[in-house]
Amino acid sequence: MIVGLIVNPIAGLGGPAGLKGSDGSEIQQRAIARGSVALAGRRAAIAVRALTKHRPDTIVRTVAGAMGADAAPHAEVISLAAQQPTTSADTRAAVKALRGVDLLMFAGGDGTARDVLDGGPISPVLGIPAGVKVYSGCFAISAAAAGLAASRFTGDAEEAEVVDLDEDAYRAGSVGPRLYGTVRVPSVRVRLSGRKASTPPGTVEGIARECVTRLREGVRYVLGPGTTTQAVGKALGLETSLLGVDVVLDGKLIGRDVAEAELYELVQGGPAEAVLSIIGGQGFVLGRGNQQLSPRVLSGLRGMTVLGTQQKLAGLGGRPLLADTGDPEADRRVCGHVRVITGYRESTLYRLISASEDA
Amino acid sequence: MNAHPYIPNTGPATRTAMLAAIGAASIEDFYAGIPAGLRLQRPLNLPAPIRDEQGLIRHMKGLLNQNTDTTEALSFLGAGCYPHHVPAVCDEINGRSEFLTAYAGEPYEDHGRFQALFEYVSMMGELLDMDVVNVPVYDGYQATGTALRMACRYTGRDKVLLSCQILPDKLSKLRDYLTPDIEFTTVLDDSVAAIYLETPDMYGVVARNPRLLAEAAHAHGALFVVGTDPISLGVLAPPASYGADIVCGDIQSLGMHQSFGGGQAGFIATHDEERLVAEFPSRLFGIAPTAVAGEYGFGDVYYDRTSFALREEGKEWVGTAAALWGITAGVYLALMGPEGMREVGETVLSLTRYAMTSLTDAGATVLHPNEIHFREFAIAVSDADALLTSLRAENIFGGVRLSGNEVLICVTERHTRDDIDRLASAVKGALA
Amino acid sequence: MSAQTEPFATMPVAPKPALRRFHQARWDEPIIFELSQPGRRGIGVPESGLPEVELPEDIRRVNRPALPELSQLHVVRHYTRLSQENLGVDLNVDVGQGTCTMKYSPKVNDIFVRDAKIAELHPAQPLDSVQGALEIYWRLEQILKEISGMSRVSLQPGAGSAAIYANIAMIRAYHAANGESHRDQVITTMFSHPSNAACAKVAGYDIITLMPDADGFPDIEALKAAIGPRTAALLITNPEDTGIYNPQIKEFVDLVHGVGGLACYDQANANGILGITRAADAGFDLCHFNLHKTFSTPHACGGPAAGACGVAEKLVPFLPGPVVDKTDNGFVLATPAHSIGKIRPYLGVTPNVVRAYAWVMALGAEGLRDVAEIAVLNNNYLMHKILRIPGASVPWADKPRVEQVRYSWQELSEQTGVHSEEIGVRAADFGVHYWTSHHPYVVAEPFTLEPTESYSKEDLDEYAAILAHVADEARRDPAFVKGAPYNQSIHKIDPTSLDDPQQWSPTWRAYQRKHGAR
Repeated sequence: MIVGLIVNPIAGLGGPAGLKGSDGSEIQQRAIARGSVALAGRRAAIAVRALTKHRPDTIVRTVAGAMGADAAPHAEVISLAAQQPTTSADTRAAVKALRGVDLLMFAGGDGTARDVLDGGPISPVLGIPAGVKVYSGCFAISAAAAGLAASRFTGDAEEAEVVDLDEDAYRAGSVGPRLYGTVRVPSVRVRLSGRKASTPPGTVEGIARECVTRLREGVRYVLGPGTTTQAVGKALGLETSLLGVDVVLDGKLIGRDVAEAELYELVQGGPAEAVLSIIGGQGFVLGRGNQQLSPRVLSGLRGMTVLGTQQKLAGLGGRPLLADTGDPEADRRVCGHVRVITGYRESTLYRLISASEDA
Repeated sequence: MNAHPYIPNTGPATRTAMLAAIGAASIEDFYAGIPAGLRLQRPLNLPAPIRDEQGLIRHMKGLLNQNTDTTEALSFLGAGCYPHHVPAVCDEINGRSEFLTAYAGEPYEDHGRFQALFEYVSMMGELLDMDVVNVPVYDGYQATGTALRMACRYTGRDKVLLSCQILPDKLSKLRDYLTPDIEFTTVLDDSVAAIYLETPDMYGVVARNPRLLAEAAHAHGALFVVGTDPISLGVLAPPASYGADIVCGDIQSLGMHQSFGGGQAGFIATHDEERLVAEFPSRLFGIAPTAVAGEYGFGDVYYDRTSFALREEGKEWVGTAAALWGITAGVYLALMGPEGMREVGETVLSLTRYAMTSLTDAGATVLHPNEIHFREFAIAVSDADALLTSLRAENIFGGVRLSGNEVLICVTERHTRDDIDRLASAVKGALA
Repeated sequence: MSAQTEPFATMPVAPKPALRRFHQARWDEPIIFELSQPGRRGIGVPESGLPEVELPEDIRRVNRPALPELSQLHVVRHYTRLSQENLGVDLNVDVGQGTCTMKYSPKVNDIFVRDAKIAELHPAQPLDSVQGALEIYWRLEQILKEISGMSRVSLQPGAGSAAIYANIAMIRAYHAANGESHRDQVITTMFSHPSNAACAKVAGYDIITLMPDADGFPDIEALKAAIGPRTAALLITNPEDTGIYNPQIKEFVDLVHGVGGLACYDQANANGILGITRAADAGFDLCHFNLHKTFSTPHACGGPAAGACGVAEKLVPFLPGPVVDKTDNGFVLATPAHSIGKIRPYLGVTPNVVRAYAWVMALGAEGLRDVAEIAVLNNNYLMHKILRIPGASVPWADKPRVEQVRYSWQELSEQTGVHSEEIGVRAADFGVHYWTSHHPYVVAEPFTLEPTESYSKEDLDEYAAILAHVADEARRDPAFVKGAPYNQSIHKIDPTSLDDPQQWSPTWRAYQRKHGAR
């Protein structure tokens, strides 16, 4: 097996410096000036050690220096000119240069994941968590776990979401993750212990199926971005968008990847409701990822349903779901307990608050 | 007495030491989460305890001695709970505390449980001529309900055609368990998920030409589900041989005592077809290799059954069911072997026929007299209660009352010809 | 004469090491089919001496079943060896299978159920011949009525989940009888046993699961938002599987009653509250106990178990039938007016009803109170010990715990990459069980310990020492922990084939067909 490795040497810089991420070279300079030391190289080395220990015949292929070879002493090194300090473009170039590996590992955070996504990887990818923000579904829970998961990779892969914050907005004081796309990640089948009772976990397909059974005639359903809402489209036999907002009426797609103005027109045309998924690990359902759902659009909706597995809600640790439309009044109108569909014939009522209230 | 023999830390010194270690003033501290209004403000009103073991034995024996069991009376009771011989080895093995007191450990520290249950399903597989058998569910009623639900999930249909006579209690359970998703029908068409046949049926009748039913089911895209008692399969054709897709039933006959109905356990078997395996709601154990050559490991086959998880309207539960009876049935089949199973089948068949003939001679009307019966048959009488009362006076439990004028009689290899002669003679006397 | 040997050890014998040098039995036992020799048999079968019944071809078995052929000793030896490769309560400090209430099952109670007066009793015998059995049913019902405060108790269900199902069937029948079949939603909580949701779904209900709020309690505001005219019932465990008793339980019940729903109490976790608080006092309409948990009947490798359903007066007519009534003419069987019918064949798992009754009779009211209090003391003592292990934590640590705790190895796992499951496998190398949690994992890297009243202080010290040792190993050498087990009957299993239809082997015949000569 050939595993590609990309390290984002400056990932994780912003966290210790209190800069909420490390995107943008000016931020990086400020972080270095504040005395940050990049963790990504160390984390990558841990992962590579675990990988080669459990699967000694693995060939690691990487780029020179801090972007890989420093963390993987016995790796094959391919030539790639990188800037100092490295940039997003270098990560994307490395992804392209490393096409042909069986699995591409990268050390970094959500920003790095986004760059990997943009680089257009052909193989499945697996993230070694080393950034300040690691909310994307492509990361292992730790560097050691990433190495172990890679060593057990058999070729089976599944889709995972890449999310990242809009960092300019974040530093300006408001929070909101955004779904950027999906990558394929290794399917890791953990054999679970203690099978005292079987309760098949809620699945995206089950959620979509339940959602479809709840759709009513004559209602315009506004499907937000995300794989779960896309699964609803799929269950209806429709080609809805992954990243955009779509509108479905009586089983037909009447708006695909619509902009705010068009969406506003559509929801004015008859009774309308929103179907939204939970984006990222913080519980956002209305944020920067779906600004098309503007205050005036929201005021035209009769209801809102959220889609998400029990596991996703459990990951919130009791914290509420968040709305941040930019208009406190609009936020307040959608706050309260919203219906979250968690599986076929399974749902919960879950608290939704305004992100500004949470801050 | 201070410390209770079942509760080591009841001694005041231990209590004090433990509270001190925690830094708690009293055990009451730990109940701080329970509102005062919900606290019971008085001791429970229960019978006085019997804290010495011999006193407890005396008390229990006093209750038990009010029972007359089937070794003291001559019993012909069956109807789902059967008096087959239980080999001493079965009791020896299921009484081993390593098995009796274990629960749900991993396939490492509880390797023996996994292997014993794997062997049970494997021996059942041989008897049934099928490759997939589950770890036991509660009882045969449950197994039948689940088998029919599996057929509905598999076919995506929601009607079941019953082509046999089923005990009223079992039918009641099936109706409840299949409600509201599934309905019974008497019309075979392309909306039917399964034809269900029980053989032997509630009257002990062995169904003839079952292959015709299998063909009818398959012609309409339905599954053929067959309920049977595995103890008959040393002599009777395994349902798979005439086209069964799912076979189910109870294993109480295979080494479990009657225990006032406490020995029941259910099985479900299918061919090794991925789509059908996906519909099992219960655990399947399989062999897996370990890090050491020549070592058998075990684990759950296809644990994350995606079809099952996705088609959740048919979702069922898996709880603590009847694993020890599975292990016991395995011991039973290992003791019996192919010859033992053939012999017990032949003995039961011939004694059943003998009993039918004897009771006919005694003046009783045997129902379905021209059919082949295994273990059970019914007689029609003018007053079932009077007959049973009269037999009871002769220390005979004459049969299970099916209605005011039908009595179901059961004979097994535990009965002798003399036992049957005694029954016939008593029946003759009662009917005279 | 053998040669003189040099002394290689000296008296006195050195003290035991801190941790037990356990090794599970390793018999390397073949599969029973591999022990078969043609012509052997394990037991004789009587012949009838009557003419053989000729079976027509369409129903006659043609091929001999390929069952193993062994003599009796070899069957006994094989299964006795397998039994040794198994850890029961009688062998280990069985506090690691939280939610299961693993406790001592008194041996004397096994004598009663092996007695022919129980073992050889047929459930359809004339009533006058089973008065003793019926009296035990009746007496245990009176005891459970007092413990729960309910009006009647059915002992028919075969286990806890079957009892939950029976309760849901009664709820469905009750609403139907009142013309309220439109009630199609059941509300439960994340930390209630998942069978509550699963059984309600089988019965046709839509499930609303309340998630824990930031304090670890099910969100009461979410309940207020969830209830309405479609609410059939609330199914809730308390204390929940976190070990936390929900102090607002009465408010939960009242809210559901306020919209015409029923409240059903899963008392799987009753062991710490026997005689402390009762289902009826919180206003519940139905409840259930697991006799194999709280009432000591052995778990038997996963059953037979037994369940008990308690109901308030208005649900008595819907109980599964038959119930045992005491009359002037002795104990009789009766079917309630609107009975939901049979939950299982006949009356129930009688041997476990007998054991549970004998267990309560050995304890009485004061003894049951001791059971509850010592279970709770043991739990808090063990929690105190576990929290001293670096990397272990308890979510919502400020909330008092009753009889069990759901802990987390999140910190340890993040630092070492070792998962809770793997810690459990390694812990077993020291001769104990360990369990994580139901799914989904709300608590990250969970483990659930429930030290019932059966275990001594020294037992708990030993269990905590084992976990401390394994946690330390995980830091020093995570790969070693991940490679466990080392002291078991077998070595690490490769489960890959279990999920591959081409390879999986759920029976020996399937194994031979796919991987052997057959």
